[in-house]
Amino acid sequence: MALRDLTAAEQVAALQAGETTSLELVDAHLAAVEADDVEAFLAIDGDGARERARAIDAMPERPPLAGVPIAIKDALSTRDIVTTSGSRMLEGFRPVYTATCVQRLQDAGAIVVGKTNMDEFAMGSSTENSAYKNTLNPWDHQRVPGGSSGGSAASVAQRQVPWSLGSDTGGSIRQPAALCGIVGMKPTYGAISRYGLIAFASSLDQVGPFARTVEDAALLLRHMVGRDPMDSTSLDWPGGITLPTATDLAGLRVGVVEELMGEGIEPGVRVAVDSSLKAIEDLGATVVPVSLPSALSGLATYYVLAPAECSSNLARFDGIRYGHPVPADNLLDQYEMTRGQLFGPEVKRRIMLGTFALASGYYDQYYGRAQRVRTLIVREFEAAFEDVDLLASPTSPTVAFPLGDRTADPYAMYLADVCTIPVSLAGLPAISIPCGLSEGLPVGLQLAGPAFSENRLLDSAHALEKALAFDTRPPGLVT
Amino acid sequence: MIDENTVRHVARLARLRLEPEEEKVMQEELSGILEHIDAIRSMDLDGVPPTTHVLALENVLRADVPRPSLPREEALREADDVVDESFGVPRMD
Repeated sequence: MALRDLTAAEQVAALQAGETTSLELVDAHLAAVEADDVEAFLAIDGDGARERARAIDAMPERPPLAGVPIAIKDALSTRDIVTTSGSRMLEGFRPVYTATCVQRLQDAGAIVVGKTNMDEFAMGSSTENSAYKNTLNPWDHQRVPGGSSGGSAASVAQRQVPWSLGSDTGGSIRQPAALCGIVGMKPTYGAISRYGLIAFASSLDQVGPFARTVEDAALLLRHMVGRDPMDSTSLDWPGGITLPTATDLAGLRVGVVEELMGEGIEPGVRVAVDSSLKAIEDLGATVVPVSLPSALSGLATYYVLAPAECSSNLARFDGIRYGHPVPADNLLDQYEMTRGQLFGPEVKRRIMLGTFALASGYYDQYYGRAQRVRTLIVREFEAAFEDVDLLASPTSPTVAFPLGDRTADPYAMYLADVCTIPVSLAGLPAISIPCGLSEGLPVGLQLAGPAFSENRLLDSAHALEKALAFDTRPPGLVT
Repeated sequence: MIDENTVRHVARLARLRLEPEEEKVMQEELSGILEHIDAIRSMDLDGVPPTTHVLALENVLRADVPRPSLPREEALREADDVVDESFGVPRMD
């Protein structure tokens, strides 16, 4: 078995047993990162990674993550590596500090090999809004990897790294995980510090793991959760994250969200999800239909709230304290020209939409109403979780779509997140696991739970993953 | 449907300089997106309060003790124009 075929947990075990070294692992993965057949990376830190690998190999006792390589979404600040958030606005930007979640992983012995491609400022569902390049889906190079964390998802599916970090505002971890046939998790809002995550929509943004197994996702999550004095919304995490061990789902009640199984969901996706629901029953759980009447209003609600928050968050990008301004004779012209020229089309669209929704005369009709619909969605999830332990739905209404297919129609692109957005609006944890193929492309199953139910969610996903035995290796991938 | 003047007004508020051709495309695209969003304007929301935060979070505050701040040269490191140990900007008219 090639080193790149080992899961992260297996790599940790091999390192602790002295069967390999961190340098050997880092070199094996860096070769694939540097070749980058799927264009997943925006920056590579080969020298830094090798140096840290040697340092960890020289330690008398290995730290918990033992010197295993990892890739980081370019939305997360890394002091030593250029961070662009996929935007020309931050071309060449070297942050002055490292994001808390990345720092915690480095302190635990993870080795950052590079930064991954993404939709500009995390706005998009295909990674085609990156100002730099398109990332290819490892299962079919003519198709998108999903987004916005497309580079992080593709790098794990392609086995360039065993795991990676993404960020999820409306589905940006779960949807690309589904499209690339891997595991992706968005934890409860506040589980992981957002300090150092370049902000998109602060009431929704969460960092989370990509991996090829649920166990690896749990292992990564374990080292990131918990309160951070630098993020006032971060939470204590008593008891921590436990590694999943469940082999059945006996006694569990799983609700199937009716609104997310109907029109708009591709037949092949429905078939794969239906067969995994059967597997859930076979593992001893009771599967019941659940209605979330406002779930489908989530998309419209999200496309008011997220742009409104982004229009405010992205006000800081004016080319003065970082970035490179377009020179002008007076300050206002410089602001407008810099932002007009350096933001890409989707970012400008969202800033405009959000500014409109917050503008005097429109605020009550749009932002005000969207915040109230959000309350309805939160309440409907609360009511559902009085009856069931978990909710199941497709992660994405379709499998990976061809590159260029939706770039001309913004709303068609927005629809890619119709199944993931309601969970985000409610701040709840959810995981996507690969559950089958449709037309040779991976389908993701989304499992969501009440706030702070991460351990049960991971345990259930782990039992189901074993039963489904999905092969995460894309066709033709040589490791 | 939003008109050209609204697009220009909003672009000004957002500090975005749009080319004339961009303004036209923006007007069409925003109008198209708002058609879908308008669904929430007809929903019955009587008595439903707005969400302020999804979880009952308690603010995390650090201890109120002085600590070193970012050194000036680090804070200025990424700036395009540094004047007298400060960020340089063009004049404000």
